[in-house]
Amino acid sequence: MWALKLKGVPFEYIEEDLFTNKSELLLKSNPVYKKIPVLIHNGKPISESTVILEYIEETWPENPLLPVDPHERAIARFWIKFMEDKIPIMFAFFLSNPGEKQDKAKKDCLEVLRTIEEHGLKEDKKFFGGTNIGLTDLVFGLLAYQWELMEEIVGVKLMEVHSFPRLHTWAENFKSVSVIKENLPDRDRLFARLKGRKEVLVGSSKSH
Amino acid sequence: MADEVTLLNTWPSPFGIRVRIALAEKGIKYEHKEENLQDKSPLLLKMNPVHKKIPVLIHNGKPICESLVIVQYIDEVWKETSPLLPSDPHLRAQGRFWADFLDNKVLDCVRKILLTKDEKEAGKELIECLKLLEGELGEKPYFGGEKFGYVDLSFIPFYSLFYSFETFGNISIESECPKLIAWAKRCLQKESVSESVADPEKVYHFWEQRKKKLGLE
Repeated sequence: MWALKLKGVPFEYIEEDLFTNKSELLLKSNPVYKKIPVLIHNGKPISESTVILEYIEETWPENPLLPVDPHERAIARFWIKFMEDKIPIMFAFFLSNPGEKQDKAKKDCLEVLRTIEEHGLKEDKKFFGGTNIGLTDLVFGLLAYQWELMEEIVGVKLMEVHSFPRLHTWAENFKSVSVIKENLPDRDRLFARLKGRKEVLVGSSKSH
Repeated sequence: MADEVTLLNTWPSPFGIRVRIALAEKGIKYEHKEENLQDKSPLLLKMNPVHKKIPVLIHNGKPICESLVIVQYIDEVWKETSPLLPSDPHLRAQGRFWADFLDNKVLDCVRKILLTKDEKEAGKELIECLKLLEGELGEKPYFGGEKFGYVDLSFIPFYSLFYSFETFGNISIESECPKLIAWAKRCLQKESVSESVADPEKVYHFWEQRKKKLGLE
């Protein structure tokens, strides 16, 4: 959604009810996974978030979100894949309750954050790709806003500012981009929603 | 200016084979360095500090990692010869979707067959995935249509593992997915493919040894 807004592409947003009642349109558009997001452009569906992002980039080349240089593009795609692969680890931490599994989840998450801090972000660059926001930043967007709330729900802070200064600076830069700022969900509502999600999926720690 | 291209790889890796096919399709000359994953070279550790994995392409000193990222890089830099991805954005998206399916769903099954004791269960799941792929292929000669393309290139290296999947997973890909076998044989007629894929029996013995070492036999 951020990508479409950054490019100034008008679109219709359809909220799906994933748990109880997936729409006919969703099932027809994504028969392989039956998941969101799905982008439907002139009647043709595209699924899988990173595939959709590349499609958006190619179809609406104005306000480019990928670098022009092939090597820089390869680096961008490397980090996009990295985050995609690590999302299950981040969610395993979010859904964990105190105990051995949570200790492991904490360790795994910290390693991911450290890798991003040391190898993904450069001192002199505002965003992953350089001076402008790009696809890579959008994929890491979870860490800029939602992550803090997720840590609060788990009751464990991992992304401390003194341990991850580059990540914190990047998060501030990300949230200051006007399209992002204007589209950030309300903090309290998001917190309640995330908490509710965890309860539905795992149950609160009292019942463990 | 002469391009300096080096590929860090190991012979059984289907991911490395993808890159080899792409380089062959484009007629790019390169130096192939076989890595010993039990004793990784300083070059590999320097070029892929995040994952320390192969394949890694080094082009004029700059590293590119992750097989599909490498293939797209090759397609963009050497764009005049044999394009691997189609030019239409929607068809490109479809290509990326199925390559992503291979690297997520299919790879999950592959890992279970090769690295766990749940081989038979995983074998059944693999057949389900292969049937979906066969459906996508339909009556086309290649996933890319009339010409060999991105999805074909991403998938054909796994053919070297079919014998291993069948033996460990107790399945018959030929009887369940005959169109896929026909497709594979068609791909193997291309020099870029036949010269790059690994020998299925050698691959099987490699994994048989691996399983013994891991205590999975």
